[in-house]
Amino acid sequence: MGIQLYLYLSAILFMIGVVGVIARRNAIIVFMSIELMLNSVNLTLVAFSAFLGDVTGQMLVFFVMTVAAAEAAIGLAIIISLFRNKQTVNLDEINILKW
Amino acid sequence: MILESIVFYSLAVASVGSALLMVTRRNPVIAALYLILNFFCLAGLYLTLQAQFIAVIHILVYAGAIMVLFLFVIMLLNLGDERKLSDAISPRKIIAGGLSLALLLELLSIFVTGTEGLPEYNADQALQVGTVEYIGKQLFTKFLFPFEVTSILLLAAIIGAILLAKKKPD
Repeated sequence: MGIQLYLYLSAILFMIGVVGVIARRNAIIVFMSIELMLNSVNLTLVAFSAFLGDVTGQMLVFFVMTVAAAEAAIGLAIIISLFRNKQTVNLDEINILKW
Repeated sequence: MILESIVFYSLAVASVGSALLMVTRRNPVIAALYLILNFFCLAGLYLTLQAQFIAVIHILVYAGAIMVLFLFVIMLLNLGDERKLSDAISPRKIIAGGLSLALLLELLSIFVTGTEGLPEYNADQALQVGTVEYIGKQLFTKFLFPFEVTSILLLAAIIGAILLAKKKPD
C-alpha cells in the first residue's frame, strides 16, 4: 500500500467536488461539494502525516475541521437570509452583487 | 497485507461512488445522506492510516454536527419543487467537466512524479503519531497558540451566524 493510492483517491474526490461546485446551481449542494473538497484535502494531509510519521499534518486537519464548522454555520446563515429575501437558492438568480 | 488492500479498495470505491451520487442527486436531502456515507468511508480510510483521533472527530464533527445543520437548513427552507432548479446539459456543464478533468490530470501527474523518495509506510510510527494521547500532548504544547486562536474564530462564527440569521437587522 503506497501513499500514491491515497493521493489518487483524494485527487478524484477533489475533482468530483469541483464538478459539483461548477455544474450545480442549488446553493446547498454547492456548499456540500465544498465540504467534499475540504475532506479530500484532509485525506491527503492524513496520508502524508502517517507516512512521514509527523503529527503536523493531523494538526492541520484538526484546524481545517474547525474552520469547516465555522464556515458551515456562517454559510448556512447566509443561505437562510438569502432565501428569506429572494425565495430561491438557485445561484443563477442570486446576482445582487453583480455589477 | 491482502486484508488491508481489500479494506482500502472497498472504502475507496464506496467513497467515490457516494461522492458521485451526492453531486448528481436532485433532492438535497438525499444528497446530504450520500455525503454522510462519504464521510463514514473517509473515517474508515483514516483508520487504515492509524489516525484514530482524526477518524473519531471526523465522525463527530462532520456527520454529527455539520450534516445535522445542513439537514435542518434543507428542511427549514422547504425547497419544494426541485424541478425549478433542474439544469439540463448546458455549455457550462461541459466546460465544468473539461476543466475538472484537466485539474485531475494535473494533480495526478504531480502525485506520480512528486512522490518519489518518500519513506515506506511504517505502521508502528503511524500508530504512535495518531493516538489521542500524542495529539493531545502536541496540541497543548507545540500548537497551543493556534489552538487558542481557534476559539476566537469559533466565537466570531457564532456571532456572525446569529447576526446573519436574525429576522430584522437593527
